[in-house]
Amino acid sequence: MKKLINAVQDVVSEQLQGLAAAHPQLVKVNYEPRYVYRADAPVKGKVALVSGGGSGHEPMHAGFVGRGMLDGACPGEVFTSPTPDQIYACTRQVDGGAGVLMIIKNYTGDVLNFETALELTHADGLAVQSILIDDDAAVKDSLYTAGRRGVGTTVLAEKIVGAAAEAGYNLDQCADLCSKVNSYGRSIGIALTSCTVPAAGRPTFDLGEAEFEFGIGIHGEPGRQRLPMRSADEMVEMMVLAILDDGPYTRTVREWDRRGEGWMDKILTDEPFKPGDQVIAFVNSMGGTPLSELYIAYRKMAEILGRRGLVVLRNLVGPYITSLEMQGISITLLKADDEILRFWDAPVYTPGLRWGI
Amino acid sequence: MLTKSQIIAWLNETAEVLRQNKAYLTDLDSAIGDADHGINMDRGFQSVIQKMPEWQGADIGGILKSVGMALMSSVGGASGPLYGTFYMRAGMAVASRHELSDDDFLKMLAAGVEGIRQRGRPELGDKTMYDALAPALDALGTSLGNGENVITALDKTVRAAETGMQATIPMQARKGRASYLGERSIGHQDPGATSSYLILKALLDVISV
Repeated sequence: MKKLINAVQDVVSEQLQGLAAAHPQLVKVNYEPRYVYRADAPVKGKVALVSGGGSGHEPMHAGFVGRGMLDGACPGEVFTSPTPDQIYACTRQVDGGAGVLMIIKNYTGDVLNFETALELTHADGLAVQSILIDDDAAVKDSLYTAGRRGVGTTVLAEKIVGAAAEAGYNLDQCADLCSKVNSYGRSIGIALTSCTVPAAGRPTFDLGEAEFEFGIGIHGEPGRQRLPMRSADEMVEMMVLAILDDGPYTRTVREWDRRGEGWMDKILTDEPFKPGDQVIAFVNSMGGTPLSELYIAYRKMAEILGRRGLVVLRNLVGPYITSLEMQGISITLLKADDEILRFWDAPVYTPGLRWGI
Repeated sequence: MLTKSQIIAWLNETAEVLRQNKAYLTDLDSAIGDADHGINMDRGFQSVIQKMPEWQGADIGGILKSVGMALMSSVGGASGPLYGTFYMRAGMAVASRHELSDDDFLKMLAAGVEGIRQRGRPELGDKTMYDALAPALDALGTSLGNGENVITALDKTVRAAETGMQATIPMQARKGRASYLGERSIGHQDPGATSSYLILKALLDVISV
């Protein structure tokens, strides 16, 4: 293992020290327990957004704390979800009196820790709600798996709902918008190499020189299929078609019901993309793939979308939801209506994403 | 009958065993998960060990609750809230006891396993820790119900957990990250079932001395 680190156990805290040192006007860091929050939190009267997950996906989530995006982020150990005490303390810190929306990626660890924290904050009388992001089209069914994972759409949801909260949406409206963004977004990822969790010291999985992994998540876990390497165009075509040809996706999700004051099972169905859909297209690096290759992928993606009659209105290209130094990319398509576009275009100022301010 | 010092010895032994098996559990996890189970469980039980000075005057219920809190705030992943809930519920079931009758012990384990079931909603055959814990709990109940002593009962409990753990090998995972592998999860032993087995075996090893 060759990494630009000091001691393995200091990787997360030292990067947070660096984040705080680099962006003191945007974020503050609490170390015990560990969370990152807006420098001006709590923002009185504004719905606060809290997310979190394992570290190793930078800039997500801590890099998205700031105006027009998240109010708080809870980083766990590398690829390990944060713990309930972090999420609880962060939620208390950022609540500005208008309630807190927790944006949770659908990974069993994240879900169980956030659910536990939500119960704790609810017991304190805070208005809290949670929305699950589950957009990974690589997962076909939810009956025999833990359901679709939360991947690229998370970044877009945090941006869009963050802007809506800034514009004065109340907690229910923020939750509804977040749920809509999730149901409109789909992603697919590939890996050309594995990655090395510092504490493990060696690659999470072995991937031969002549192979790639199709349908990966973001934690260095193996994907659905291991295939022989092929050209960028062929791999991108497989990815885009996996999203466009993906049928309706129905699953049961557990959401907090603020009125019923308990967990509620809800059946949701996401509809497939169709010709004429307007989209935000997001081509993301898993960390080790350079921008040059992202644009090679973007070029092919744009060509296929054009051929299939989809209209790309906005895009995002770069490393935003990564898996350490893994080579690989993900593509996310998000159907965009006027509401989504308006909040996508709204100003955002965070360490990892900034425009309009 | 289990004493407070046996419970503390169990927790010490658990920390020791998890440290010894840190690489093993992580290896199992790298085959079907994200290669951190051994690392996380070791970190969790090291934080449990640091709580020990606070246990001087505490009863068994309080000790187990403090173990649950420590795990909940240090393990992360799915195992943190699951094992955290296990020890917290186990502690609540034996609140204010300084020693455990056989019936207390059964109630304690049952409450812990029920906590895991409520938090994670596993079913038998999903290839999780529940596949080791549920048959272990059944074995304990049956053996104690037949009037066998706690060492014999616990021996059967551990053997049931071991059988349950081994039975996860041919299973296709339906919960957690391993579920995304589909058929590729078949042929690997579940790391959570393995740590559950190790935790129960640590208790047997301590009380059989």
